Amino acid sequence: MTKEEVGELERRAMTIRALTIEAIGNLGVGHIGGAMSIVDILALLYFKRMDVDPAQPRRADRDQLVLSKGHAGPALYSTLALKGYFPREWLSTLNVGGTALPSHCDRNRTPGIDMTTGSLGQGFSAACGIALGNRLNGILSRVYCIVGDGECDEGQVWEAAMFAAHYKLDRLTAFVDHNKMQIDGRTDEVMGLGSLFDKWKAFGWFVQEVDGHDMAAMDRAIDAAEAERGRPAMIILDTVKGKGFSLGEGQVASHNMSFGIEDAKKAIAALEGR
Amino acid sequence: MEKKEMRAAYVETLIELARENPDIVILEADLMKATGTGAFAKAFPDRAFNSGVAEANMVGVASGLSAAGKIPFAATFGSFAGRRDYDQFFLSANYARLNVKLVGTDPGVTAKYNGGTHMPFEDLVLMRAVPGLVVLEPSDPVSLAAFVRLAAERYGCVYLRMPRGAADILYPASESFEIGKAKVLRPGKDAAILALGAVMVGEALKAAEALAARGVDAAVVDVLSLKPLDLETLRTFAAGTGRIVTCENGQASGGLGGAVAESLLEEGLAVKFARIGVRDEFGEVGTQEYLQERFGLTAGRIGEAVLGLM
Repeated sequence: MTKEEVGELERRAMTIRALTIEAIGNLGVGHIGGAMSIVDILALLYFKRMDVDPAQPRRADRDQLVLSKGHAGPALYSTLALKGYFPREWLSTLNVGGTALPSHCDRNRTPGIDMTTGSLGQGFSAACGIALGNRLNGILSRVYCIVGDGECDEGQVWEAAMFAAHYKLDRLTAFVDHNKMQIDGRTDEVMGLGSLFDKWKAFGWFVQEVDGHDMAAMDRAIDAAEAERGRPAMIILDTVKGKGFSLGEGQVASHNMSFGIEDAKKAIAALEGR
Repeated sequence: MEKKEMRAAYVETLIELARENPDIVILEADLMKATGTGAFAKAFPDRAFNSGVAEANMVGVASGLSAAGKIPFAATFGSFAGRRDYDQFFLSANYARLNVKLVGTDPGVTAKYNGGTHMPFEDLVLMRAVPGLVVLEPSDPVSLAAFVRLAAERYGCVYLRMPRGAADILYPASESFEIGKAKVLRPGKDAAILALGAVMVGEALKAAEALAARGVDAAVVDVLSLKPLDLETLRTFAAGTGRIVTCENGQASGGLGGAVAESLLEEGLAVKFARIGVRDEFGEVGTQEYLQERFGLTAGRIGEAVLGLM
């Protein structure tokens, strides 16, 4: 990837962050921390890697993303708005009664959302099912899935991990957003994950670990993942919870945080001033 | 009466459907030998998936397959179909408005020697609470085959409850069925016995026979579709007989008994009413005969209930 491409993606990521901070600030409360930590991978996927068309959000042979950590929906909504799936004005309706943008992802409400998620662990199984269904249908597109590190506490994640390896779902590329925090504290305090790298490797996956805020590194990792045959690929993203949100970056409290539009404006100014 | 294994009817129908429609796939959680779907896996090895002993993932994967346009039939014991993967079936399949058919085998006392841990008395109660879900319990191999086909043809989630073993064939092969429609197996003017599933429909027919010998003319209605419930047939028999007895192989509260009681009150239908079903108890181990006696799921108890309303 050229420096120009990296710069362009970083600008996209900054816009996604600003839109997300503004949307949550408008509402007054939201899952800002886990939304901000996945913004860079979302920018890379939607603005470089994924073959998608906002005019045909259900096209059968599109690449798909299952955001298994469904509470990070607001970051994905900002990405989809920027990509042109729906007007940016919709972002100010986040969680308002009757909105198309509910806190957790809903495939029936939001254009561009590929799977309904929210109960942790479930999206990962669904992503396996979509990858398997595509294979049966002779569709060669890719299925991406983002799980949280706290989400890896769920047994279902490991049921699905075995399934994907057993059925050799090599068009499935998954990411763990390893921001090392969950609602009740740091992951090593709440429920020790041990070595995620070793765990995924032992489950039969092609595993890589990269800086989840480094576009070029993530892009290379996805290249390697997609060159791999016969097994699914896991890319563990080393991320910072609340990345780019000055009021909550690196803080456990950023998981679901209250702040108003004035704070949001300050945070956006700080973000853009960097 | 001629009998046939329910699981044979299930797998034969799935194989027929799979020949007609390339989107039909099946999933199992290490119970393929019990469910008898090995024949499907042999006929369509690329369309049968085993999740291992992981029911939650099985239903999650089924939901993803459905999102990719497939029509998955996922089967496991009703105890696990109801309890172990309820959240996955609720959210990934139903809330997401996908098209997953979940089959719960070994309903109620038919779990027999697997005992209380494996005895689903609550699956129908749980499934009734899922918005928009179609909940079916066919009574014989013919209705089972018909409802498997209807489930496949209709977009949307379905929960289908079935014993694996042999059941009496109650209907001619040409009989046609509809989701949301009951069948009247025996007319009657003094009381109506509304029964759900092979075990209780069989007991209800025996009870009606015994009641006839005592001069009581009891109708037997094969409910088939718990949700949507056939309100038209319920109204007809409530008005025509004034006495309703519900029979189910599971908790009497919240299942058929609950559904009928709610509907009768809401419809303003004043009838004498009794429920045959499990009364707030857990299952236990034993022969089916022992368990039917133990939980009061017998023709004798149905007969007593009808006489109690006379």
